[in-house]
Amino acid sequence: MDRTLADVADASDGRLLEIADVTGNGADSRRLREIGFCTGAPVRFIRRAPLGDPAMYELRGALMSLRRSEAQRIRVHRAGA
Amino acid sequence: MTALVRLRPVTPARRPGRIAILGAPNSGKTTLFNALTGHRAKAGNYPGVTVDRREGDLQRRFGADDVRLIDLPGVYSLQPQSEDETVAVRVLEGGFGEPAPDGVVVVVDATTIERGLPLLAEAAGLGLPVCVALTMIDELKARHGQIDPQELQQELGVPVVGVVGNRGLGIDDLGALVSAPWDWAPSSSLLRGVEARTPEDRFAWAHSVLGACRRQVPEPNRWTRHLDRFLLHPVIGSAVFLTFVAFFFQGIFTWATPAMDFLSGLMDGLADQALATLPDTAVTRLMADGVIRGVGAVIVFLPQIVLLFTVILFLEACGYMARAAFVVDRVMGWVGLEGRCFIALLSSYACAVPGIMATRTIPSPRDRLTTILVAPFATCSARLPVYLLLIAAFIPADPVLGPFTWQGLTLMGLYFLGTGAALLSAAVFKRGLLRGASLPFYLELPPYRLPRPGDIALGVWDRAKLFLRRAGTIILAVSVVLWFLLNLPRRPADPELSVAENQRLVLEGSYAASAGRLLEPVFAPMDFDWRINVGLVASQAAREVMVATLAQIYAQEGQDEEGLGVLLSGSGEDGSAPLLSRASALALLVYFAFAMQCMSTLAVIRRETGGWRWPVFTFAYMNGLAWLSAWLTFILASAAGA
Repeated sequence: MDRTLADVADASDGRLLEIADVTGNGADSRRLREIGFCTGAPVRFIRRAPLGDPAMYELRGALMSLRRSEAQRIRVHRAGA
Repeated sequence: MTALVRLRPVTPARRPGRIAILGAPNSGKTTLFNALTGHRAKAGNYPGVTVDRREGDLQRRFGADDVRLIDLPGVYSLQPQSEDETVAVRVLEGGFGEPAPDGVVVVVDATTIERGLPLLAEAAGLGLPVCVALTMIDELKARHGQIDPQELQQELGVPVVGVVGNRGLGIDDLGALVSAPWDWAPSSSLLRGVEARTPEDRFAWAHSVLGACRRQVPEPNRWTRHLDRFLLHPVIGSAVFLTFVAFFFQGIFTWATPAMDFLSGLMDGLADQALATLPDTAVTRLMADGVIRGVGAVIVFLPQIVLLFTVILFLEACGYMARAAFVVDRVMGWVGLEGRCFIALLSSYACAVPGIMATRTIPSPRDRLTTILVAPFATCSARLPVYLLLIAAFIPADPVLGPFTWQGLTLMGLYFLGTGAALLSAAVFKRGLLRGASLPFYLELPPYRLPRPGDIALGVWDRAKLFLRRAGTIILAVSVVLWFLLNLPRRPADPELSVAENQRLVLEGSYAASAGRLLEPVFAPMDFDWRINVGLVASQAAREVMVATLAQIYAQEGQDEEGLGVLLSGSGEDGSAPLLSRASALALLVYFAFAMQCMSTLAVIRRETGGWRWPVFTFAYMNGLAWLSAWLTFILASAAGA
């Protein structure tokens, strides 16, 4: 069962994951994919902001932060699964 | 004509070249641009849009005479969604009435090379000659990563140069390369028939290119990880953030004050000198009181703006600004904005002009416009002289609790009032007028880096120039007009009366006084008399002008603020009646908290939004709110017996 990045952040799960797909309407999901959150990309949860949201992820060597609403649209599974 | 020259490859060196520099935010693009142009850039605007335009000539020492470099806005992709991307694409395709550039330097951060190459694929897709500048090579090595630019060049089929912008390594090679873009291989070889239409395609292509190179992926940035653990810690991180805000606040008020006092003293001295030495004619007085003091009112803010942007640009370059936005994003989300808007609002407490200029880092046009519209509510330093005058005159200095007095609490309340109005209006705009689908929120947190002083100095200089030119011209025009309104029609001086008495008589008969009387019905509900109204008319140029104008109206010699306060509140020993009741004074304070009374801010809003629509709107809604709130305050205060 795939989880979303938001679930990963809630669980503070710092394991290496792989993006399964990005849901949502065209332009928005396209933007997330363009900054690197696209199918097959390895991603890792790093930390949440002091107030709990947004959260920071490591993505292809860079640190990117997303709000919960965006993270919910990114489905992930265990790397190599 | 260009086509003809293109046909003669024997004279390529004589042809002026135009090279665009493209790269993601934080890729080291600006440092590279500054190194290539020798820190000489022309800043400006693209017609019709608010994106900064930076251009500069390639330094001669690289061997070419006539190469113009265009610094494109930092973008992640060339799919036009935000204004920055639209501008980048239009420049690359030959928009804005200019030919397409002769070549594109794609700046790629070597430590996150996989994320940079997709942009190269997009640029190559436009059919322009491309080359790659690999930045942060030193950081890559320090983190035990490795990539061979030669090998990458072979794989890509376009020139690749490794550079360390900080130390100038590789800059000569890049300069030589940029001098002759016609020698670059055609970019069509780059993708070798790979269809790269979706982001997935481009990332897969980047992955395969890198897979063919011997490459060592860098280790995570330890420094950044350690610092983040501390600076983004739930407790320590919040404390650091609040300390940062407190320092920022304190800094712009206290550290800039000596320079500001010096400048205002200098301008006043200059005006007095002109009055004392030149023959006493209308022209002299116009020069001294209209031009010198008017321009002085703007120049006085220069130290604050320079300090503010030095701090902002420094924190941005070293990586903390993105963290501050990350920490505060949730709070800003409550009113429909995002973390980056906070920085612009915070700056507005010094002056809304640099605050509005700082909104350029906000990617969503709706969030940016909302921030611009509410930034003038922040309690800027020009309100302070008015607040201090009225509070000292009308609010008792009695202690309330511990070290707090009514005066201090009133001042604090006025700050809360401004902040509350800004946040509430933002929430209202985002739910109403500026409602709509917003861009997804994403924020890259760059590694902590030591900034280059040269880059920061150049950035501060650009903004200071912009402030002086744009705000300065408007303020100058308004001060001159205002001077005429306050001094015309002319009236022969009565030798029997003192200078101040004569001045008062001129003012009482002036066009400004007529305007003040005309406004009487508008402000009658708050019990402001025409003299306060003249002050309100005059403070339309800049809020702090209110104090000087009131001093002039009440024929105060020497413009002593304390004496003016005594006169206003009628607390003098001669038992004269107060010129303003306490309820009216409170209403006036609230009016100043909300009203849009600053020509420089309106001028900057016009510039940043590209038209008169939004400045007119801001003027109308803020002054409307100010009037209503002042009226309510007056009613409540009168009922409470103030």
